[in-house]
Parts: sequence; structure tokens; C-alpha cells
Amino acid sequence: MKKAITTPFWRDKRIVPILLQVLFSALVLIAGYYFITNAISGLQQIGIKLGFDFLKNTAGFTISESMIDFQPTDTYGKALLVGILNTLRIAFFGIILTSIIGLFVGIAKLSNNWLLSKLATVYIELFRNTPLLVQIFIWFFAVFLPLPKIQEAVTLGPVYLSNRGIAIPWFETHSNTVFWIVTIVLGLILAYLLSKVLLKMEMESGKRRYPFISAIGLFAAIVIFSIIFTGTGLITIHTPAVEGRGFVGGYTLSPGYSAILVGLVIYTSTYIAEIIRAGILGVPKGQIEAAKALGLKNSTTLRLVIFPQAIRIIIPPLTSQYLNLVKNSSLAVAVGFQDIVSVGGTVMNQTGRAVESIVMMIAFYLIFSLITSGLMNLFNRKVQLVER
Amino acid sequence: MEEISFETNKEPDILLPPKTQSKALRWMKENLFSGWFNALLTIVSALVTGYILFHSIQFIFTEDWSVIAVNFRLLMIGQFPVEEVWRIWTAFGLLTVLLGLSWGLWKGSMAHVAVSILAIMVVMLVMPFIQMNTRLILGGNIVLLFLTFFIGTKLPKLKVPVLLVWLLFIPVTIFILNGFGVFEPVSSNIWGGFLLTMLIASVSIIVSFPIGLLLALGRRSTLPVVKYFCVIYIEFIRGIPLITVLFIGQLMIPLFLGNGIEISNVMRAMIGMTLFSAAYLAENIRGGLQSIPKGQYEAAQSLGLSKAHMMTFVILPQALKAVIPACVGQFISIFKDTSLVAIVGLTDLLGMGQKLVANPEFLGKQMEVFLFIGFIYFIFCFLMAHVSRRLEVKLGVGER
Repeated sequence: MKKAITTPFWRDKRIVPILLQVLFSALVLIAGYYFITNAISGLQQIGIKLGFDFLKNTAGFTISESMIDFQPTDTYGKALLVGILNTLRIAFFGIILTSIIGLFVGIAKLSNNWLLSKLATVYIELFRNTPLLVQIFIWFFAVFLPLPKIQEAVTLGPVYLSNRGIAIPWFETHSNTVFWIVTIVLGLILAYLLSKVLLKMEMESGKRRYPFISAIGLFAAIVIFSIIFTGTGLITIHTPAVEGRGFVGGYTLSPGYSAILVGLVIYTSTYIAEIIRAGILGVPKGQIEAAKALGLKNSTTLRLVIFPQAIRIIIPPLTSQYLNLVKNSSLAVAVGFQDIVSVGGTVMNQTGRAVESIVMMIAFYLIFSLITSGLMNLFNRKVQLVER
Repeated sequence: MEEISFETNKEPDILLPPKTQSKALRWMKENLFSGWFNALLTIVSALVTGYILFHSIQFIFTEDWSVIAVNFRLLMIGQFPVEEVWRIWTAFGLLTVLLGLSWGLWKGSMAHVAVSILAIMVVMLVMPFIQMNTRLILGGNIVLLFLTFFIGTKLPKLKVPVLLVWLLFIPVTIFILNGFGVFEPVSSNIWGGFLLTMLIASVSIIVSFPIGLLLALGRRSTLPVVKYFCVIYIEFIRGIPLITVLFIGQLMIPLFLGNGIEISNVMRAMIGMTLFSAAYLAENIRGGLQSIPKGQYEAAQSLGLSKAHMMTFVILPQALKAVIPACVGQFISIFKDTSLVAIVGLTDLLGMGQKLVANPEFLGKQMEVFLFIGFIYFIFCFLMAHVSRRLEVKLGVGER
């Protein structure tokens, strides 16, 4: 009888991976079991049961800045919601401002002007090589808090600077605003359609039809018509004024909010500037030369050749910078601005529910990250090169 | 045939070079005033630069910096007991020896690092508020640096031992500082200032690197269980802010470990920082692994190398070399991020600064204290960024 040659099971290519995975899972499960039993027994000793019921209890603390009405008699759940809204408020304005500044600094660094490009380099090196938290502390403790009292507030045009906060002019909607929004949207759509039609005619006939200028003209005509029709503007601008110990009108940014916003915007803009610079430099030189050889104008080259290709390089790192900005907004806790982490910390101290509070903070950031990267991936897929 | 005659007596037409502006003028015309828009930009930026420079210089020279001079010791080493400071100096001396030797052995980027540290020591030496014995030790360290530099240039055989000592440097330092039974123990709870910042940064960098490497390899593994474990870990950590990781470290680690094990605040912060930076390093290393062409794997396999051999001898050396600059960039962020431990109550450099400005004795000195702290961070981050750029050029990353 012939004995078949078999490989021992510890050398079998089909079995070894399974064994390794079973071993790995066993290790992870044992470690997880150890940690969790410890945690549960530890919590039982101090008499805390896990669960999110406490969110319905009365919070009992005040939140100085909130976008929705919040009273100390409201629940913990509502307090956390206020925290989330505050985080989103930093994120929204932060992302807009940092993109604008980053774009300008990035372009300035590429400028032919030696002085301007060096100035941009110094800005980038200075602010990206200092920790964000130190910068926020400088803005908060050394710039915004030592501002004069509200009665002696410094005025810069319509802007008031005081240790109670910075008051800026803000818009207010009124009864005609809805009508205005409708006409503006309608005007934009009509102008877009007009430019498309004229451009098509221009391409077919070969004669100039001025599609862009006509579209702007149409839009302007619609705006002028609605000004005459309603007799008011889109919104009314309210300038702030000092009255007693507070500001009236306008929009007041608290020192904490100003510090975290300015710190985040400047810090992130240095990264965005480098991303934009890399994106523009990343477009192959041949593309620009080819566009020139075709006789395209500089502005057309920028719009139709450089920009669409640079945006492909820019978007993935830009997404991660936006996400970094949102994550870094958690440093608001250090200057007393009540974002989700700060409110979560207060809830944690009052109720002793450390695990639940941390879980809720983490859940918020994870969900936000997932949504943002999902949206940016969608956009990215749209501008990405379609290959065979 | 026509005769060709040459005029010989006539002065030859010597074409003089065109009249040129001086070099500086030409450079200015090309780089600063090449058009009306450019000229406008130049004037505006010159005004902005002048304004900022004027006010900064005025601030630096008119301000009273005594708050830094008085508290310099606190900012550097926190409340480390005075009679035990020799331990810090021992560790610092070891660092000087290592730096000097590496400067002599490798030159290049190491020289930049050594010279910068030398410059910092010299600046500290001439500061008026430094005590005399500190000055003597600093002077000794400077001499030591030069001495070991010459030893390094003469003895190229030392490369491997020096690398080994570098690896052991942080454990040895922690051993000396803490005592661990051999010396009088100095609890890590009173470590503070820049010393603590450096320790947290170096421990989290050194420990997170191997973890990050394993995570990166795991993420590219063919075993689904391992792969998804690594993916979930990396994406989870990258999705949440560092401050929440530090909260987890401070509040949940004691809970998870139960009553039997007690670990100090500093240790918990180090664990938090390590867990956090490992995920980011893993992504950097994965980038390097992905940049290795498939042919390298196939060549290694066709040579009959086992998987472990293929990784250690073919793939990882190339991949790690490609990601060195990116990793240095990550080290800079870790170093900057250590400032967050101030929020969870440690007295690192920034935490110490916070305590100082809260002291009524130093009321209104916030700008001085935080600017000084920012300046210290800036020096080290800028140095690392500079080294990273040099390495990028030297290793030819991204160039084929």
C-alpha cells in the first residue's frame, strides 16, 4: 500500500491563515473581555449603571452662547445639542474663512513678486510650526481678553472691540427677504440659461454673442427691477452700538469664540495654502504650454486648463484639512467656549457619567467625519479623470 | 577673380556690451517692479512687513521679560527637586555625547541638528539670568559636544553602537529620572515643563512607530480578520480629536485596568498620545508600502523568500526609506500635539505657562509667557521641518 504524501496541517496553506485569524480574534476577545469586565466591576463599585437615561434629567448649568434657546431647566440632552450646534458654527465659518485665506496665501507664495512670496512663506512657517493650542491661548489670553472694557471699546469703523467680545455689523431678514431670495435664484437660473444659449449660438455661427456679459446684464436687470418693486434691499444691515453694559444690534462674537475661530482659521490656512500651491504646481507644464500653443488667453487657460486639473490634486488633502479643522475645534474647551467637548465635560463632571459622555462626543465626531468624507468623495468622483 | 582686400589700418569695430543696470537694480526690476500691479503688490507688502517688523521689534525690546527670567527653571523642568537636577544633567550629557558622535559619524542632516542644539546652548549660556553653575555645566556640554564630534570623525566604526545607544536613550533617561529603586524615586507627577513635553513627545514617537508599522502591515494583510481590525482601529482614531483620546486615557484606562494596576497621569497621557499617533503613522507607512512596485514582491517571491524575509529584506527597507520625510512631518505634529496634555491637567511647557499667568504676581504677562512658549515650540518644529525637507531632497523621494 502506498502512503499518500500529505503536508502536516501547520504547513497547509489552506489551514494556516484560518488558524492565525482564530488566534488573533481570541487574543483581541480576551483582552476586550478583560477590559470590559474590569470596567463594569469598577463602575458597580461606585454605583453607576451604564445607560443614557440621564440625558432626560435637568442640566442646571447655563450656556452663555447658544444658537437655540437654552435654560438651566432644560435637559442634558438639549445641552449636548447646543454643544453640537456650537461646534458646527465654528466649523462652518472656520472652513469658509480658512479656505479664502489659504487660497490667497497659496497664490501669494507662487507669485513672481519676491517680497510677497517671502511674506507668504514666513506666514506659513510661523503659524504651522507653533502648536495650535499655544496660538489659541495667545489670541484668547493675550489679545481678546485684555481688550478695554465695553464702555471704552475700541472702534474700527462699525466694529467694536472690547473684553466682552467683538461686535460686528450683521444682516437681518425682513418681510421682503423671501421675495428677494426667489428673484435672485430665478435670476441666476435665467442668466445661466441665457449664457448657455448664447454660447451655443456663438459656437455654431462663429460670431461673437457676448454670453457672459449678457448673463450679468440680465441678472443685474432682475436685481434692479426687484429693488424698484420692493423698495428695500435683500437684507438690512444692523450696525452694533454700545448701550449700558452690552451691545445692541449687530452680532457679538465672544472672546472665546473669536480666539478659537481666529486661531483655527490661521493655523489651518497655512496647510491649505501649501495644498493649493502643490495643486497648481502639480499641473504638468506641457498642459500650460499646449494651451498657449492653442492661443488661449491667460484667464481662459487658468479657468479651463489649470483649474480643473489642479482641483483633482487639491480635493483629497483639502478634505482631510477640513476634517482636521472640525476635530481641532474641540480645543475650544481650553478657552471656555461651549462646544460639544466642553459641554460633554461639564455633563461628565456633574453626573459622573464619564463613559457615556465620551461615547457621545466620539459618536458625534465619527458621524461628522463619515458624512464629510462621503460628500467630498462624491465631489471627488465627479471631478476625477475618467479613464478607460 | 575679384581681389579681396582687407583694411588693416582701420580700428576694428569693437562692440561694447550693452549698457546694463547694476545687478541689484536689474533683480529689483525683474522681481519687484515688473509691472504696475507687481509694483503695487511690492509697496503694499513692504508697508505690511515694515509695520509688523517695527511693532514686533518695539515689543521685544521695550517689554519686561523678567517673568521668563524668574520662572525659567519652572518652564524648563517644572518642580523637579533641586537636589535631583543632576539626573537631568546626566541625561542631557548623554544626549550631548550622542549628538556629537552622530555629528562626526554622519554629518549631513545630523550636523544641522547638532549645530542648532549647540546654538541653543550658547544662547542659554549668555542669558543674564542663568545661574553660574548651570553656565559651567552648559560650557562643559559644549566642550563635550566638540570633543565627541572629533571622536566621531576619527572612529567610523562606532556607527552601530551609537545607533544602539540612541535606541536605548529614552528608556535610560526615564530610568535615571524616575530612579526605579536604584536612586531615590522622583514621581512622574512632579515632572514638568519642557522636560515633560520632550519626554511625552519622544516616548510617543518611539513607541508608536513599531505599533504603526504593525498596523500598516496588518491593514495590507490578506487575512480579513486582521485587516478589518486594523482598518477599524485606524479609521476610528483618525475620526476623533486627540483631546477625546486623552480623555479616554485619563478616565477610561484606570477603569479598564481595574483596581490592581495604578498608573500615573503622565503615563496615561503617554498611552493616549501613543495610541493616537500610531494610527496616523500607520497611514504614512501604508503610503510607502503602496509605492513599492509589484515587481519587487514578485522578484522576492521568485527568489524563494518567505513572507517574513520578503518584508524585512526587500519591501520594508524601500518603503520606510520612502516615508522618512512624511514620518518626520508626523513627528512634528506629535510634538506640537503634546501641548494638549495641558488641557487634561499636566504641567508640560504649556501647562506650566497656564499656571504662571494664573498667578496674580505675574498679572498681565500673558503675551510674554505664551510668546516665549510658542517660540520654543517653533524652534524645534522648524528644525525638524528643515531636516525633513533636506531628507526629502537627499533621498530623492518622488523623483525617479
